[in-house]
Amino acid sequence: MTDGPLLDVRDLRIAYTTRAGEALVVPGVSFGLNAGEALGLVGESGCGKSTVALSIVRYLGRAGRIAGGSIRFEGRELTTLDEAGLRAIRGRRIAMVYQDPMASLNPVMTVGRQLVEAPMTHEGVSASAARARALAMLAEVKLADPEAVMDRYPHQLSGGQQQRIVIAMALITGPALLIMDEPTTGLDVTVEAAVLDLVRELRSRHRSAILFISHNLGSVVRVCDRVAVMYRGELVEEGPVRRIFTSPRHPYTRGLLDCLPTLGSDKRQAPLVPIAGQVESSLARPQGCGFAGRCAHVEVGRCTARPIPSAVVVGEPDHRVACVRADELPRWSRRSGADAAHEAGGPGEPMVAVQHLTKIYEPRRRWLRGPRSPVRAVRDVELAAARGRTLAIVGESGCGKSTVAKVLSGLEVATAGTVVLDGVEVGALAVDARAAALKRKLQMVFQNPDSTLNPSHTVGYAIGRALRRLQGRAPADPAAGVARLLEVVKLSPALAARKPRHLSGGEKQRAAIARALAGDPDVIVADEPVSALDVSVQAAIVNLLTEIQAARGATLVFISHDLAIVRYLADTVAVMYLGTVAELGPVERVFAPPYHPYTEALLSAVPVPDPDHAGARILLEGRVPRADEIPRGCPFATRCPRRVGPVCDETPPPVQQFGDHRIACHIPGDELSRLQTPLVQPRAVGR
Amino acid sequence: MSTPVAAGTLSASSPAASRAWARWRRRRVAALAESTPATIGIAIVLAWAVLALVAPLIAPYPPNANDMAALAHPTPSKAHWLGTDHLGRDLLSRILWGARPVLVIAPLAVLGAAALGSLLGLAAGYYGRWIDLVITRACDIVLSFPVIILYMIILAHFGSSAWNIVGVLTLTKAPIIARIVRGMTLDLREREYVAAAKMRGESALYIMLVEILPNARGPLVVDMCLRTGYNVIIIGALGFLGIGLPPPDPDWGGMVKDTYGMMMVWPHMALFPCAAISSLVVGFNLLAVGLRELGLRD
Repeated sequence: MTDGPLLDVRDLRIAYTTRAGEALVVPGVSFGLNAGEALGLVGESGCGKSTVALSIVRYLGRAGRIAGGSIRFEGRELTTLDEAGLRAIRGRRIAMVYQDPMASLNPVMTVGRQLVEAPMTHEGVSASAARARALAMLAEVKLADPEAVMDRYPHQLSGGQQQRIVIAMALITGPALLIMDEPTTGLDVTVEAAVLDLVRELRSRHRSAILFISHNLGSVVRVCDRVAVMYRGELVEEGPVRRIFTSPRHPYTRGLLDCLPTLGSDKRQAPLVPIAGQVESSLARPQGCGFAGRCAHVEVGRCTARPIPSAVVVGEPDHRVACVRADELPRWSRRSGADAAHEAGGPGEPMVAVQHLTKIYEPRRRWLRGPRSPVRAVRDVELAAARGRTLAIVGESGCGKSTVAKVLSGLEVATAGTVVLDGVEVGALAVDARAAALKRKLQMVFQNPDSTLNPSHTVGYAIGRALRRLQGRAPADPAAGVARLLEVVKLSPALAARKPRHLSGGEKQRAAIARALAGDPDVIVADEPVSALDVSVQAAIVNLLTEIQAARGATLVFISHDLAIVRYLADTVAVMYLGTVAELGPVERVFAPPYHPYTEALLSAVPVPDPDHAGARILLEGRVPRADEIPRGCPFATRCPRRVGPVCDETPPPVQQFGDHRIACHIPGDELSRLQTPLVQPRAVGR
Repeated sequence: MSTPVAAGTLSASSPAASRAWARWRRRRVAALAESTPATIGIAIVLAWAVLALVAPLIAPYPPNANDMAALAHPTPSKAHWLGTDHLGRDLLSRILWGARPVLVIAPLAVLGAAALGSLLGLAAGYYGRWIDLVITRACDIVLSFPVIILYMIILAHFGSSAWNIVGVLTLTKAPIIARIVRGMTLDLREREYVAAAKMRGESALYIMLVEILPNARGPLVVDMCLRTGYNVIIIGALGFLGIGLPPPDPDWGGMVKDTYGMMMVWPHMALFPCAAISSLVVGFNLLAVGLRELGLRD
């Protein structure tokens, strides 16, 4: 191999053809990647990260083309290479891993056949040799029982297992460069942690360079040596991980870091600071700095007159930033939890109280075949949310948290147990059976911004209809009511005339919140309202929810798999596993020892955007049992790293009560405290 | 289909919304022009519609007038551009007049089938359980019948008139539409906006008609176009079998039936009406293909 970097991208320009003509979406990006090095490419969606990555293997599609610059890989120029040359490189020297593993795997082929395909076609290896290599690779990505996995079809594997297979497929030809495009987005936090650890480990063993694209700064820290931040098709800052995370220079990088909730802070101590505005289009490019329109430090003239060159930061030769004011900006310090004493202030009267809630889905009997076993989605759950407070329910997918939300909202009815909403028993009442006043009292905010609003209706119609229905009469001036609600969620009243497809994800979610607020509800149930959004938008929506809650005194039931957000906004937390509550208590007690072993594992898996964070990692083995194969004893026993013995498998764990903090575990609380170290350090002030 | 519902509350009150609506319409028309099949399809269908509309004005002869002089030489001539039939009636005039019943009956029957089929499909998909079972099975039974025999039985029994043809076509096409709508409803009813509608206490009818149906309109409109074309064929076939529109008024299928015996001598008498049928069917099919293309692109 020649000297110099493995991959050298110089002044790469990418143009897209649109109806309005050709637009330069990437006006000139340069970076290098040495053999065995890992570079993280971060930025909000629509910033051009994937475009740059795809252009390296020239997968730009019909609309895009490389308009200039060079991409040298192993000494060869890729921008002018012919199809045959590209084929020899794709999959063999450069491999890609995409976000959705199901889209990368062929659903009608066994995993084994897909794995042996690459070595056999690219290298002409014999079938048996390829199979041996595939088996070795599967063992390397830590899949238990590789022989059995080889004969499975993709749909028979979990999301985490699928992503491991995709990684195995990518690495099986020993590529020099691995491009990973959001490889862990969409995976549960514990699975994500395991996959990231695997990537880091494989990297050191295989000496493959990695281009790691992510919007999650926490996962970038775990894998990468260097970070490049992209905004509007330009690299605004690039440097070693430590420098970017401890002394970011570009206002955009700082914005990305400031809008991340961290495990050490909550809403009373250090509010999230969302980046103003939203990602601007890369199609129309301003004269000067692309970020000027959202930047708090913009200086008209200097920033907006001409393109901003990327310059080396004084005293830090490996750190480049594209900001004319980089040297003048105040030093950045991480948002820190001031020691403001936490005002817990009594438990408060319960607004929602759930007792012994059980929900069993009886599968439809199939004709001439035996009955299938019922799915016990939620078992004997006990929770309460106080008036005006926030109850967060956390857990991995399939733990039953959404089922609890559905029973609260009446979209499902409880099989057993009671659900009391402001003194009224509603557990057995489907939403149709609830009185109008009850419907008004509890409203929901949903997860998916793309399906929460009806694409056929304007935003104004959706909110206006909710106003009319929930207030029980036609409002005197519906347009004014809609405008007022849009203002509450900080949207322009002009959006009322728009259809959802003209709105961004964050705007759709705001409109959905406005719709939920139409009846001035006492309880808002939010089922993963921000998990499909970019971090910067997440921060804004979370702030909006807490603001509205404070202003209206509403109770918020917030369902999430993101512990950092839960730490930030919850007053009470319930950790759910396999349909049961493992731990319940005030947020600062749940996030401090003694932990339930499951909470401990979840907390240790949270990606922390801090290179100095050296949390001991607890990796969970195995998978979550299916809802129809629930263990007899403790539901977590099959994966618990602190399993004490057969008692865990045989006997359901006792609920230990420590004041208002409850843990369902066989290990006594004081012993848990002794074994466990705090995983969340309150951050030092002013570092 | 949905826009009137949505626009109902807004466009009347705000000029901005009505401007948006006008913009939307312009964009739609421009989009249709982008697809070659759609453009050709629209041109053919529109041409036939205009010809049918002005047939009384432009047809050179009354449709049932016999020109005894032409009987000896029925082939195309200056006086009769497409020639005459075996009774000396001007073919061009008869084809122009014959476009009128087809262009009324075929779309009307499709609209009827769409209305009935949508309701059945929505109810089956939304309620599920026994309602789904009853509706789906009933549709299957209708679909399993050989349709031509069904038409013959019904029309022979009730007599053949334009309304009866619309009726049988509606009844036999509705199950197909119901199937399509049911499939889409099964998917759409799980959307979060439907849950939101339930949570504000909307009736099932509102959810089906206002929340679900508008989002099923894309595939539904494509299918309605295709089905209009098929209806043109069936109307032709009914005419050919002699159970179409009652004579002597011109009916394309009937014109073929009356003259195909003279195919060897004077082929034009049967071929021109056949060409009329085919061109209209092709027009509707191209329109459907174009609409599907545009739908896929969104």
